[in-house]
Amino acid sequence: MSADANDGISRRGFLAISAATLGGVVLAPGIRLIEIAGARAPEQAASDKVRWGLLIDTNKCASGCEDCVKACALENGVKSTGHARTDPQWIRKVELKDLRSGRTHSVPVMCQHCEHPPCVDVCPTGASFKRADGVVLVDRHICIGCRYCMMACPYKARAIVFQDVTDQNPDVPRGKGCVEGCTLCVHRIDHDRQPACVEACTKAGHNAMIFGDLNDPQSEIAQRVAKYATTQIRADLKLNPGVRYQGL
Amino acid sequence: MAESFVYRELGGPSPRYWGLLALLAVPLALGAASYFYIEHYGHIVTGMDNQIVWGMPHVFAVFLIVAATGALNVALAASVFGKTAYKPVAPLSALVSVALLVGGLALLMLDLGRSDRMIVAMTHLNAKSLFALRVILYNGFLATVAVYFWFMLERRMNRYIKAAAILAFLWQLLLVTGTGLMFGFMVARAAYDSVLYAPMFIAFSSAYGTAVFILILLATCRWEERPIADELLRRLKNLLGIFVGASLYFAALFHFSKYYVARSHDVGQFLLFDGGVYTALFWLGQVAIGAVAPLALLLRSQVSSAAIAAACSLVVLGGLAQMYVTLIGGQAYPQILFPGMVEASSFFDGEIHPYTPSVPEVLLGLGGVGLTAAIVAVALRALALLPERLDQTAGPQA
Repeated sequence: MSADANDGISRRGFLAISAATLGGVVLAPGIRLIEIAGARAPEQAASDKVRWGLLIDTNKCASGCEDCVKACALENGVKSTGHARTDPQWIRKVELKDLRSGRTHSVPVMCQHCEHPPCVDVCPTGASFKRADGVVLVDRHICIGCRYCMMACPYKARAIVFQDVTDQNPDVPRGKGCVEGCTLCVHRIDHDRQPACVEACTKAGHNAMIFGDLNDPQSEIAQRVAKYATTQIRADLKLNPGVRYQGL
Repeated sequence: MAESFVYRELGGPSPRYWGLLALLAVPLALGAASYFYIEHYGHIVTGMDNQIVWGMPHVFAVFLIVAATGALNVALAASVFGKTAYKPVAPLSALVSVALLVGGLALLMLDLGRSDRMIVAMTHLNAKSLFALRVILYNGFLATVAVYFWFMLERRMNRYIKAAAILAFLWQLLLVTGTGLMFGFMVARAAYDSVLYAPMFIAFSSAYGTAVFILILLATCRWEERPIADELLRRLKNLLGIFVGASLYFAALFHFSKYYVARSHDVGQFLLFDGGVYTALFWLGQVAIGAVAPLALLLRSQVSSAAIAAACSLVVLGGLAQMYVTLIGGQAYPQILFPGMVEASSFFDGEIHPYTPSVPEVLLGLGGVGLTAAIVAVALRALALLPERLDQTAGPQA
């Protein structure tokens, strides 16, 4: 009797433990990772609790350094065609000189991922859109190439593709006749990775760029924004960009 | 009343008419070829780049669209404001308006980066976009004018003309305001960012539209020697004079306000004095050729159809110059990201952007003009839209 009973319990127990262990092994790391990193599962929609942003410390950004620009071009497959005026630039270094003091700065400028983006307001088809987490993107399926967003963007952050594109990065589809711009490397940040420009800047030891959630008080970016004076480009327009500059 | 007029289709011997159509087919064919060329190779074959994003096709397109709303003024003066002298030419006014709009819209669509997706512009509408709103406004305008047109031509519906005309009048006002505000609300660029664009575009629209309408009226009457009363010409001449004067007033007010206010002084200085080709086009094209010279011709008490035709042609040329200054000049001036600092980058920040239109762009633009002319020519031959004689308006019939 007891031997039978023991046999039964051990079989059931074995199956239950196995199932629990298997489930744990399969699910736990994922759940734990999502918890730790704030990354979300593929089926989960972007959340408006998050506001992705960048903080650029202009004191650490050296004139002539193009590490972020090169990394962006490589990551997104944006290549020079030899026609500088028609080549798209998703991120560029702007050299500045104060007219009064003579002080110089060198700053990377890209899509500022505004809270109230004029490109989204003017887009006739809704191809220009803002994700719940603040990332401003172009839906390449419904962009008709009218260039109204390029006219409306105060940051010159959008570009249109003038010729056929070859050797594209599968994560970043591009196409002739469509408008494009910095995506904040949405294909990376959705997998809990840093945007390519930030990663390159950090890897080279400049540490001039910080990426993170402006809404999370524990994040480094939010703490830096709370502690130091930062500025937004064309703050007078009240677009509340997600990209901030320290030291300007 | 208009009923006492005998309306007749465009006559003349067939070879002459077919010759006219063959002539109009030239810009149409060249425009179509240019479209396919640009569509195939991409906008790289145009003079546009990532700094000057709207080029020559937009200059023509916006001119045609702005003129379209104004071309209806003569018809509305007759049907809404009771100016019966214009009644006989009201159907032609409505036709010119529709033809201009179709020509302009076709250009806008054909200049898209993805013109193969133009249907998407109809199926996906962003309600907050003035551009999308204009898609509704354009189609609505065409529909309203079509109804008004039908009521004018169908005797049984004549009594509803005024209601239809009032609707068309309000719609016209909305449409041209929307077109003006498309520039006016563009806070990103210093040359735009002014609500004055709305009333200024209403004045421009009235001047350009009336000028095109008078040119087509004179050309049609000359085609088969239909007589026009001096009284009608005098009225049209004075009407155009008022519109040209109003355009000059708003242009002066706009440029002065840009120049005077510290925030926009630099762009004002650029357009008025330092802008090279844009400054030249403003003073010579928009002001001298487009306003002062025609006003001198129109304000004479003498009525001469040659002088009126010359004045109208000058207004059209001035209008194209104005569109070039507004569209290209407005983009050539750099966007200032960091006020008070000198900017430089490999993306041409802080620089005046150069632009040279390419041949296909200009041909595409002329194709839009050809389309407008062809629509008018075909419609006038097919429909009885203009009275045989226009020299009876001063009598008791008017």
